Amino acid sequence: MDLLGIVDYLVGFAIMAGIYAVFALGLNVHWGFTGLFNIGIAGFFALGAYTAALLTTSSPDAAQFEDFAFAGNWSNLPLLDWGVDAWYVMGLAAAALCCGLVALPVGYVTLRLRDDYLAIATLGIAETVRLVFLNEKWLANGSKGLYRIPEFLGDVVSPGAYDYLYLPVVLVVLAVVFVAVQTAVRSPWGRVLRAIREDETAAAASGKDVFRFKLQAFVLGAMIMGVGGALFAHHVRFLAPITFDPLLATFVIWAMLMVGGSGNNWGAVLGAFVVWGIWSGTQFLPGPLGEPSFRLFMIGVLIVSVIVLRPGGMLGEERRTARGAPQAQAVGEG
Amino acid sequence: MLVALLAGLLPFVKMSLVVNGLVLASIIGLGAIGLTLIYGILNMANVAHGDYMTLGAYVALFFAGTLIPALGAEGGGIGPFTFGYPLLVAMPLSIAAVAAFAVAVDRLIYRRLRERGVNVVLVSMASLGVAIALRGLVQLIWSGDVQRLPRESREVWRLPMDVRVPPDSLFIAVVAIALVAATYLVLSRTKMGKAMRATADNPDLALVSGISTQRVIQWTWVMGAALAATAGVLLAVFQANIIPIMGWKFLIPLFAAVILGGVGSPYGALAGALIIGVTMEVSTQWINPSYKPAAAFALMLLVLLMRPRGLFGPRQ
Repeated sequence: MDLLGIVDYLVGFAIMAGIYAVFALGLNVHWGFTGLFNIGIAGFFALGAYTAALLTTSSPDAAQFEDFAFAGNWSNLPLLDWGVDAWYVMGLAAAALCCGLVALPVGYVTLRLRDDYLAIATLGIAETVRLVFLNEKWLANGSKGLYRIPEFLGDVVSPGAYDYLYLPVVLVVLAVVFVAVQTAVRSPWGRVLRAIREDETAAAASGKDVFRFKLQAFVLGAMIMGVGGALFAHHVRFLAPITFDPLLATFVIWAMLMVGGSGNNWGAVLGAFVVWGIWSGTQFLPGPLGEPSFRLFMIGVLIVSVIVLRPGGMLGEERRTARGAPQAQAVGEG
Repeated sequence: MLVALLAGLLPFVKMSLVVNGLVLASIIGLGAIGLTLIYGILNMANVAHGDYMTLGAYVALFFAGTLIPALGAEGGGIGPFTFGYPLLVAMPLSIAAVAAFAVAVDRLIYRRLRERGVNVVLVSMASLGVAIALRGLVQLIWSGDVQRLPRESREVWRLPMDVRVPPDSLFIAVVAIALVAATYLVLSRTKMGKAMRATADNPDLALVSGISTQRVIQWTWVMGAALAATAGVLLAVFQANIIPIMGWKFLIPLFAAVILGGVGSPYGALAGALIIGVTMEVSTQWINPSYKPAAAFALMLLVLLMRPRGLFGPRQ
């Protein structure tokens, strides 16, 4: 492999890791700060990706064996042609909105109940979303998938150089999401989330509407995942239901957050790059070690070992106490 | 009310779907009873439960499809069933293997977390890691391809009302009923069963009255895993194939049954399984059959909306 090939590979790697970092931040809002157990990230991943793709793809062409009927064609609408590609940002926003709209009713039904009911609900969302995109051919071309998803600013650079343009785009979106999440969790609102995570009863006793805060956190995290899905759609530019396998769309994101350090946004981003590095690096391993099954096994082992051996992950959670307040005593968990 | 509604729908429903639904329900029931026991006693949502089923199916496949034929024992069907006696030998071996695996995982992972007194959701989280690792292990050993148990017969019984059932369905129902009865006897008649129910009701009170929580937990895993392994084997017989993701896919109906019946209640889980199983099959009369899991999920959300503690859970 020549030098240019290596650079190409690294750019492609950084784009995927950056997109995963967005998901890890979304999951951090759910699990890291609020303690919401979401095992159906794939559902929001797919929903965000398909929403952005369907809105921006140009109308289907019957001659190309496309069965679907709907495409927003936003990338060609004069309405959104403000000199910059505003359609793309609108697509991201629509993806976020769509995920939020799905998260809201499901969260409303399950978040009042036991903590782990949400896990089952998110699993149900993921499976339902997958089945809808698989079976409703009119919607998204079924198992044949959607392609010709437009490139962001694609007319500016030659197709071969698209990745070089897209990497800064992903990094900018990642930075925006990062700052937003960081600001949110450092605010009084974020303090309430952590209080709920640590002791729901105590938070309720001090007058906080636990259900409301949980619902807000669930919807916010889902919206961030929608943005991640949209970023992914314009990167791979081909979507099929099989793309959103729970392994690469849910489990690997969990591994990223746990390894990096749940409850720490820097940790979430670091974990995304480290785990994606391990994941894509190990495919070059010789023999059975490079096999997907072995890597799946190792992802599971990684999650369990972090929980058992080093619950804080690589960075651990930031300890924040008010200035002037006496240093908090170590309190037994549980 | 819900029961009345379902009964009212009955004349419009194809009987064969109801029968199929009852067979599916017996498999869901076996899985859900174990899941709800673990839920009630250990207070954790065992996300790996579906993968314990998968493991059960594959271990049975190893014995019935690989080892026993390799030893030169001729298969040959039993009566009208698709499988031969090797499966009957394989089933208890599979149960033992999965139970041992579950106890080992508890010793190695969950017990440490319990002793550290961590938040219960973190224990459920660890079971997600176990689920992923276990599926990877299964794929590593048996590959990700679709596999089949040896098939000896293709008979179908024709019953009145246009019902056609493969003889295997009868086998599945009989095994399920026998195991449910055995579970009932263990829970209601044995000392360990009573200790288990006491721990589920009030762990602190159980502990001070001299019940060893550690042993209760161990036997809970043995029972839960044994039921899950059986459910996995029966599912493999029911759908006539084995794939690594079969158990993970089965989590939605399992949890739907547990939640419908009220967490921690084995009888509730059984009733929940009947409702979920029949609903899933009967729904195919009107909607695309591949939406079956979505139907189970929708029903679960509906019930949670009306009765958050499940249909048979404690009232409050």
